[in-house]
Amino acid sequence: MTTNDEAIEIKNALKVYKGDTDVYALNDVSLMIKKNEFFTLLGPSGCGKTTLLRLIAGFEHPTSGTILLNKEDISLLPPNKRPVNTVFQNYALFPHMTVGGNIAFGLEMLGWSKSEVASAVDEMLELVKMQDLKNRRPAEISGGQQQRVALARALAPKPQVLLLDEPLSALDLKLRKQMQIELKRLQSETGITFVFVTHDQEEALTMSDRIAVMNEGKILQYGNPRDIYHHPENKFVANFIGDSNFLLADIQNGNAVLTDGTELKLSKENKQVSNGQKSILIRPEHVQMSKAKGSKKAFEGKISNIVYFGTDTHFHLELKTGDDFTIRKQNTPNEGTDFEIGAVVELTIDENAIQILND
Amino acid sequence: MARSSLFNRPFEIKRIPSFQSIALFTFVGLYGPIIILITYSFNSSASLGVFESFSFQWYITAWENEKVQEAAFRSLYLAATAATIATIAATMAALATTRTKKFRGMTLIFVIINQPLMIPEIVTAVALLVFFAMIKIATGYTGMLYLIIAHTAFCIPFAYLPIRARLESMDLTLETAGADLYATPWKTFQRITLPMIWPGIIAGYMLAFVISLDDVVISEFVKSAGQETLPTYMLGQLRRFITPETNAIATVNIAVSVILVSGFFLLTQRKK
Repeated sequence: MTTNDEAIEIKNALKVYKGDTDVYALNDVSLMIKKNEFFTLLGPSGCGKTTLLRLIAGFEHPTSGTILLNKEDISLLPPNKRPVNTVFQNYALFPHMTVGGNIAFGLEMLGWSKSEVASAVDEMLELVKMQDLKNRRPAEISGGQQQRVALARALAPKPQVLLLDEPLSALDLKLRKQMQIELKRLQSETGITFVFVTHDQEEALTMSDRIAVMNEGKILQYGNPRDIYHHPENKFVANFIGDSNFLLADIQNGNAVLTDGTELKLSKENKQVSNGQKSILIRPEHVQMSKAKGSKKAFEGKISNIVYFGTDTHFHLELKTGDDFTIRKQNTPNEGTDFEIGAVVELTIDENAIQILND
Repeated sequence: MARSSLFNRPFEIKRIPSFQSIALFTFVGLYGPIIILITYSFNSSASLGVFESFSFQWYITAWENEKVQEAAFRSLYLAATAATIATIAATMAALATTRTKKFRGMTLIFVIINQPLMIPEIVTAVALLVFFAMIKIATGYTGMLYLIIAHTAFCIPFAYLPIRARLESMDLTLETAGADLYATPWKTFQRITLPMIWPGIIAGYMLAFVISLDDVVISEFVKSAGQETLPTYMLGQLRRFITPETNAIATVNIAVSVILVSGFFLLTQRKK
């Protein structure tokens, strides 16, 4: 990693809202966002992700800590002095200006000449495929079109970083999927760093180069989607991203011993983990099921419910330990209903599918 | 059966007995005298009781009356000046009370701004009379400034309320977006806030203008000798003898007010 490829660096950012009880919207957050990456801040509402975005945009200033943009401290700069633009959740298009006027606004404020503004506006309209609607008012176009105008307006000044505050949450599912692809396209075409805020884990996984999972004003983990999904460090991250089975296990010399004495083998990297009580995570799709052979040591469960989802089927089991356990099995055309409610099945788990959590 | 169906129907004010006669009475009470006044302003005779034939005679008489011209001009000048100053002050007050963080004493400021709506006009008029008399004795100045100051003061709340309503309904994110797009606070105000609240400002101005134009009590107490406004001139005329000329002036006054107030409603009712 070269030292030049950081776009944003946040060092120990603290944001406290004073009140009867002080609210720590951001509690000692440090983060590095690389150039040209699609970075997502993911977390439930109130986790501090929007506060962090507002701090980068300059709408709010940190109580303490610094924000660096290309190595330069911008913590105290007002928003109009930062080469950073925002796509707002409600788009915040200026209702008294046309689509073209909205896109031109930032460029005019930067002092571009009339001809430069005009050609940039046309270029942006083409980028978001909205050429025909240049002279319409925001109230006269659909929500999806407003979304595109908001994107074009924020991209037009060619900011170093584009901030997106849950921009897809107001769109219906189909349009949202389209815009996810569109956003990825725009990001790779413009080469601008995108910082995207969402509470939708699927959106985060499909779009991001890297994700930071936040909760209660802290970043719990950050890394690429694969790492976050397969190697969550704690229960919150595991639970927030994807479906999870959590089991209590006693780690003994490279094995995880469940409360009923069943032993599960651990992978090499997990063998380093010190002995003791830990939570382990097993993803529902990482487990194979077969008819129980009646072996005593087998990892077994009894099917308590079956839910059909079209592409796959969810089997809810009760383990010998008494824990509930879910298995997701992809449906194939030739398969019938091999497994029925009440049947006892044996479970096989790849040793790499077991993740030991830190809390 | 009939009884139960009566109780099953939702409550409607129209069903109250005598609702229609009360409504009719109210309309007659409100508009009857005005309609009579307007009608008689077109009367060709000087009689207040008998309508002879239709004519514009009294309008012409009023138009040619130098005293009416002078009073009318003074009223318009006063209304325009007072409404302008009041609207500027009201815009700033509205911005200060909606665009700053809540602070201690904010309600007090609201009360102070709206004081003219709460204190009886005659009390303000007497107070101003005494206060300005002291200044007049001390300085010897007897110009229009007293009227302008007094009118500005009581026009402010009328300008303030529609502007404030407009500001409160405006999405604050728009100003944030302006700042995000490199606009300085002043540019953001000029290019975004001001155009957004402009209908409220015009509405506030029109209302303030009408209120100033129609004022009798404060003008009567504050004016110096020879500073008749149209309403005080009419009042003076009525003290001597009622002529259809006064009716004609009043009718024009009504027309101007109706136009301005209608404009006010159009501007405040129109959705964004």
